[in-house]
Amino acid sequence: MPEVKEVLISIRNMTVSYETRLGAVSAVDGVSFDIFRGEILGLVGESGCGKSTLGKGLMRLMPSQGSVHGEIFFGDQDILKFTDDQMRDFRGRRISMIFQDPMTSLNPVQRIDEHLIEAIQVHEPQTNKMKALDRVKKLIERMGIQSNRLSSYPHQLSGGMRQRVMISLGLVLNASLIVADEATTSLDVIVEAKLVDEIKKIRNDFGVSILMITHNIALVANIADRLAVMYAGRMAEIGPIEQLFANPLHPYTQGLLACVPSIEIKDNENLYKMPGEPPNLTHPPSGCRFHPRCPYVMPVCKELDPKLVEGVPDQFVNCWLYQEQPVVNNPESR
Amino acid sequence: MELDLSTQKLATHENLLEIRNLRKWFPVQKTFLDQLLAGKVNYVRAVDGVNLDIRRGEAFGLAGESGSGKTTIGRLAIGLAKPTEGDVVFDGINLNKINEEELRRMRRRMQVIFQDPMASLNPRMTLGDSVSHGLKIHYPQRDDEHREMTLAIFEKVGLTPARYFLNKYPHQISGGQRQRVAIARALITRPELILADEPIAMADVSVRALLLDLMVQLKNEFNLTYLFITHDLATAKYICDRIGVLYLGKMVEMGSLKDMYQHPLHPYTQALLAAVPVPNPLLKRTQPMPAGEIPNPINPPPGCRFHPRCPFAKEICTKDEPELLEIRTGHWVACHFANTFLC
Repeated sequence: MPEVKEVLISIRNMTVSYETRLGAVSAVDGVSFDIFRGEILGLVGESGCGKSTLGKGLMRLMPSQGSVHGEIFFGDQDILKFTDDQMRDFRGRRISMIFQDPMTSLNPVQRIDEHLIEAIQVHEPQTNKMKALDRVKKLIERMGIQSNRLSSYPHQLSGGMRQRVMISLGLVLNASLIVADEATTSLDVIVEAKLVDEIKKIRNDFGVSILMITHNIALVANIADRLAVMYAGRMAEIGPIEQLFANPLHPYTQGLLACVPSIEIKDNENLYKMPGEPPNLTHPPSGCRFHPRCPYVMPVCKELDPKLVEGVPDQFVNCWLYQEQPVVNNPESR
Repeated sequence: MELDLSTQKLATHENLLEIRNLRKWFPVQKTFLDQLLAGKVNYVRAVDGVNLDIRRGEAFGLAGESGSGKTTIGRLAIGLAKPTEGDVVFDGINLNKINEEELRRMRRRMQVIFQDPMASLNPRMTLGDSVSHGLKIHYPQRDDEHREMTLAIFEKVGLTPARYFLNKYPHQISGGQRQRVAIARALITRPELILADEPIAMADVSVRALLLDLMVQLKNEFNLTYLFITHDLATAKYICDRIGVLYLGKMVEMGSLKDMYQHPLHPYTQALLAAVPVPNPLLKRTQPMPAGEIPNPINPPPGCRFHPRCPFAKEICTKDEPELLEIRTGHWVACHFANTFLC
């Protein structure tokens, strides 16, 4: 990671809500954070915490019943104010996304080179086909795929190769950010380990930022520079990975890290058992959304929302333990 | 009424499950024209000569990547599929030699927990009906006790208050609770063997530890034997006594938890263990990963099936298939050079 951190994308008070039969549900609720240039930011959380919705919201890839609010600054432009045409140009060229299953993202009747050349020609219509093919060949070889595989169809490639093609689709237009949503989850453990190595190498070679959305905390520990932990639509904690693993501040992060099974064998070792289950977002708990499961719950947690504050340098946490508590107006009210 | 599941008949066979030279080949569907022209049917060798003994009361973990045949072995082990060759002996009874009716009665003693409880629980049956269904089949004469027994098993798996859950439907409860219902349904017929096929792979991290703990606790309480199928070696560590690693339908290594995790002898096991990410940013993996991906099981490589990806492969590995040999007491390895890793 570069010494001086340059902010690539600045997300402020982002809320993504879906209209449902039971009313509006905010899958992401007032989240603010920055993504630095050239960093790998891991975004973890359990199912339903809003991590995938956040990734899709960043690209404005919402279904019609969903809407994004807040501000997402890319340089000095707010991409939420872009018109649809501007957004279409922005997507792919500046931010690209890879999904869990590359087989459903790639067109089964289109060859790999056609995928890549099409991406170039859509965004840079003046580029002729030969020049585009040259670029594609150079890129695909840097990705560790022989250029003679360009004439293959997606089903002829292995799972790991398909994911590398997906990453290439973003890199061929020099995207500055790749959002990888569970990109390694469907792969076997050995292939996954190799892809993780390659993603690190790609970051070093191309200087691209990667937002790695995953439920696999052990995997993120091996790849990310910083870690963001989400819980029930809110950012619980965000900070440099080594610092955060050594000293998690939020009680949820503490519990989450303690219940990850590890292969490092120790006798009589027990996993931490976190009580309860993640809440249903149609009826989120009042105050801090983690309070029903929190071992350190205080009266204020049930009433009021904490803010995301810098608990220790570079490490931000959304918990009343680390910020001054307001005077509760009527302490007897509970 | 006290539900007494722990009374089991006196153990007659030390090995609850014995798998002998088990093979399952699936024919590859071809068009009629292909058959006319080629005349030869290809087979996917999902399980290709596996031997395995599971002792009463132990938790045996079967690990491997997708396509290694672990799920097929599980299905064969409880008689859900017929083997192409070989025998499955459950408590001295060969499942190939008994008829459908006898097999159905045997099923009481071996139950399954699947990966996705949303898919394995009937969405239109209440949880109580789903769980007590096994009682109706296996203990029809005691139907006045069914409700009590169902309530008792709900309590056992931590679904309390049991009465509250009895009339709920699967979509009304959380994923972790659904998997508890699936566990309750497996336990209600008082089984001896539980086949758990990736039982916690779908669950969230914070729920996994609770489910693992529940499974260990129930195993001790009801003297259960587990065949635990998983791709996640980090999870297997918390529940299994012994682990077997499969590669392309063959057992490549088998041994106690300690042997397997601290002194893995087969290069594939070593790679598999090294590939598992460790939740500690300071412990980054340095070991290189084997080349390529798992080959096509229709035409497995000759000799040792792992040789095209093995960093230690010599000429003999391309020709002779290594046998699964007991290198140390209880530690079985199928590798020509297993002895050289022993040090």
